[in-house]
Amino acid sequence: MTGRRSIGINEEKRDAMSLVTGQAVFTDDISLDNMLHIKMMYSPYPHALIEEIDTSKAEAYPGVAMVLTNKNTPRVIHTTAGQGWPEPSPYDSYMFNGKMRFVGDRVAAVAADSEEAACEALKLIDVKYKILPAVLDAHDAMKENAPVIHDEPEITGAYDPKRNIAAKIEMKVGDVGEEFKKSAYTVEDTISTQYMQITPIEPHVTITCLDEYGRIVIRTSTQVPFHVRRIVAQVLEIPVKNVRVIKPRTGGGFGTKQEIILEDVCAYVTLKTGRPARAICSRKEELMSTRTRHPMEITVKIGADRGGIVNAVSMHVLSNTGAYGSHGLTVASNTGSKSLPLYNKAKAIEYMADIVYTNLPVSGANRGYGAPQAYAALEQVTDELAYKMGMDPVEFRRKNHIREGETSPVFKALGEGKEGVEQIIRSCAMDELLDRGAKEIGWHEKHGEHIRNGSKVRGIGMAMLMQGSAIAMVDMGAATLKMNEDGSFNLLYGGTDLGTGLDTVASQIVAETLGVRPEDIIVYASDTDLTPFDVGAYASSGLYISGSAAWKAAMSVREQIIDVAKEMLGEIDGKDFVLEGGRVISRSSGKSLSLSEIACNSLYVDNLHQIIASASMVSPYSPPPFAAHFAEIEVDEETGIIKPIKYVAAMDCGQAINPELVKGQVYGAVSEGLGYALTEEYIFDKSGKMLNGSFADYKIFSARDMPEIVPILAETYEPTGPYGAKSAAEININGPAPAIANALYDALGIRIKDFPLTPEKVLREIKRKR
Amino acid sequence: MEAVYRINGKEKRFDISPGDRLLDVLKDNGYMEVKGDCYEGLCGACTVLIDNIPYASCMVPAAGVCGAKITTVKGLGDITNPHLIQQAFVKYGAVQCGYCTPGQILSAYALLLRDPDPSEEDIRMALDGNLCRCSGYAQQVAAVKMAAEMMREAENDDRA
Repeated sequence: MTGRRSIGINEEKRDAMSLVTGQAVFTDDISLDNMLHIKMMYSPYPHALIEEIDTSKAEAYPGVAMVLTNKNTPRVIHTTAGQGWPEPSPYDSYMFNGKMRFVGDRVAAVAADSEEAACEALKLIDVKYKILPAVLDAHDAMKENAPVIHDEPEITGAYDPKRNIAAKIEMKVGDVGEEFKKSAYTVEDTISTQYMQITPIEPHVTITCLDEYGRIVIRTSTQVPFHVRRIVAQVLEIPVKNVRVIKPRTGGGFGTKQEIILEDVCAYVTLKTGRPARAICSRKEELMSTRTRHPMEITVKIGADRGGIVNAVSMHVLSNTGAYGSHGLTVASNTGSKSLPLYNKAKAIEYMADIVYTNLPVSGANRGYGAPQAYAALEQVTDELAYKMGMDPVEFRRKNHIREGETSPVFKALGEGKEGVEQIIRSCAMDELLDRGAKEIGWHEKHGEHIRNGSKVRGIGMAMLMQGSAIAMVDMGAATLKMNEDGSFNLLYGGTDLGTGLDTVASQIVAETLGVRPEDIIVYASDTDLTPFDVGAYASSGLYISGSAAWKAAMSVREQIIDVAKEMLGEIDGKDFVLEGGRVISRSSGKSLSLSEIACNSLYVDNLHQIIASASMVSPYSPPPFAAHFAEIEVDEETGIIKPIKYVAAMDCGQAINPELVKGQVYGAVSEGLGYALTEEYIFDKSGKMLNGSFADYKIFSARDMPEIVPILAETYEPTGPYGAKSAAEININGPAPAIANALYDALGIRIKDFPLTPEKVLREIKRKR
Repeated sequence: MEAVYRINGKEKRFDISPGDRLLDVLKDNGYMEVKGDCYEGLCGACTVLIDNIPYASCMVPAAGVCGAKITTVKGLGDITNPHLIQQAFVKYGAVQCGYCTPGQILSAYALLLRDPDPSEEDIRMALDGNLCRCSGYAQQVAAVKMAAEMMREAENDDRA
């Protein structure tokens, strides 16, 4: 774009200097006088009733201010999922309850003067449990006579709780049976994905206090400040106006913080004691007791004609939402809606999902939100089909992917937990992504070559991906922009920067619109008292929704600035004004004014008023970003270890507002995806207790584990996005699982049907093949 | 018991108990730049330098390092006068959420003290104990490389 000064540049992240110099910016970087420390007690059983609970000894322990159980806390059924209202997740949770549904369910909490006292007092709580038979496998959940996990009468919004079905989805376009019959080639396969969690390095942490009016102030590490305010008010049965939520800098979220985990308990302790309170999860608590990625078993069937064009696709999903139904319906909706539109030549498409309760850890939002599971299966089955037809996997994708100007019936048929919205693809560079990615990885030189070095064999694989940009007609964000004497601006918006750099790109968008420098925009975000509403950071919505709200407010402020300039220059009927270099320039007269002169005039001299505007953004579209991923691996036939060598992530995210920050999103998502593909999984004992609740044996990728990652940005222009931008946050986590699995097939001709692809499974499969 | 440390160049006296972890002693005394996470010595967020060697402060008994020189990320530089490594992290997009960043910068600093011209493998080895979920480490490795170069140039300029 010509003449753009703040778009497409690597503006330094606004908070980076504060972060590298260790300023107190995170939730837990403050300590309040007289603060209570909260520790939780968790159920040791997967399914049990609390018959008796005696907290008297704990209450008598020195320093203990309060012990919380289901006996002395509000019994309000709700969902912990931080979603818009009315939430599409079932109401099946309480702050504390008499029924335990997984090892890690909340039994009680102690608030004490110190963490040590709270921990000691927890040991003094006597609980007598009645142990119930448990459901520890998703396949068992819907069986006749399976134990009923949610048998309390208050539950609402679940599909069929008596059969442990939290949600159900059925979507049919055309007749897949007929189309499969007509297909020259069909392939069907079933792939399972595992329990895992993205584990932001900053855990969930909340600090609450009362303000000078007795209102509750919640300082919390969250992706959804406004949903936290609403749900805490609901659970504590107090008015929304009595709650203020502030999100300081957040140490990563990745979906796990789109959830109310600690805020209700912390706020209740403050409400009851009048004292500040703090709760923080340990790593073990994070893994065991917060939210995980839904494990799924996905059966995909694809049929294609002789020319390799896909006729029909069916995808059948069994999703395990664990003990509570948080995000169960919408994650599984996304599994279909964020993958199936890619293959839009199909005349018939079927998507079915059963989302079941089990007595295992609670699933929820995790980066990708159902799409990583979809691609783990879909992009392996498409590969299998290409091999069966003797067609190059890249060529197969090239023939079948959705293109600019095209649509898919899935957009309308499948939204987030309800019907979606029709949309035409307005930007798609998939052909370029396939070309550039294949070239960078050396596809044509290496694919099918099985290059061997002793016991080590090389393989390459690829996958084609899409995601969305926010939830169409659901996600709303608003922004307020006001002008100061020196020509600077305060941007007050609900956008929720989790570390992605959203505040920085928002300042770039405003700066571009007003012809100033990004550093002239002072960003203040995510404070429910001071900033306008925003649903928060999820569904790849930050730039597309919150950034667009900032753009719309800036456009309105721009008009107001020009109105003042017209009066000051005596050009009331003037039409051709530009904002550039901190000045308003009249093209017709050649005269100009500095923004400072404009602001001072409006604040002190003439027709006094504050130049200020608010704007809201909601989109009728959710334009997909696209990606083509290519992985080169080396697999050792003796050890079974898969070592990623090189990973190419080619992405079309529209105009990259800040390419360096976009690359950061690519690197991070790929590293998380590699963990998903290769190392990260929950290991349970026979009672459903998670055994590896620590970074010692829950293995995430470290600096030395990472292969070379090559991000390629093929920029397009998305006409519905701010300055042509689409989302970039989630899409790249979808690629590693299928790309690595396909590379393993290329290397050794084996497929492992359940993730992660551990050395044990590789060795077993090698042996089986022999 | 009273313990004396030299923290970021200043002598500090704290009243500690024998079982206290260094991380808690630092946080209790306002060194909020030291992040706490896993308390198992596994994530590296709480890294500080003890006599210029990086340690996970959650695993260090405070009583065991009385008299030591302790460096937190604030000891390297501040907003008005940041260290070259801090500048490089900002410039090369190596900061996303920033929670693991103080630990990474200190590990990088300790590396560059003993090796002013490290290889990429050396840098990755030095950062291996500082887990990061946002970044995939690529931009940090690039930042440390650039910081090393800038520091060598600065040293040469000083000599010239």
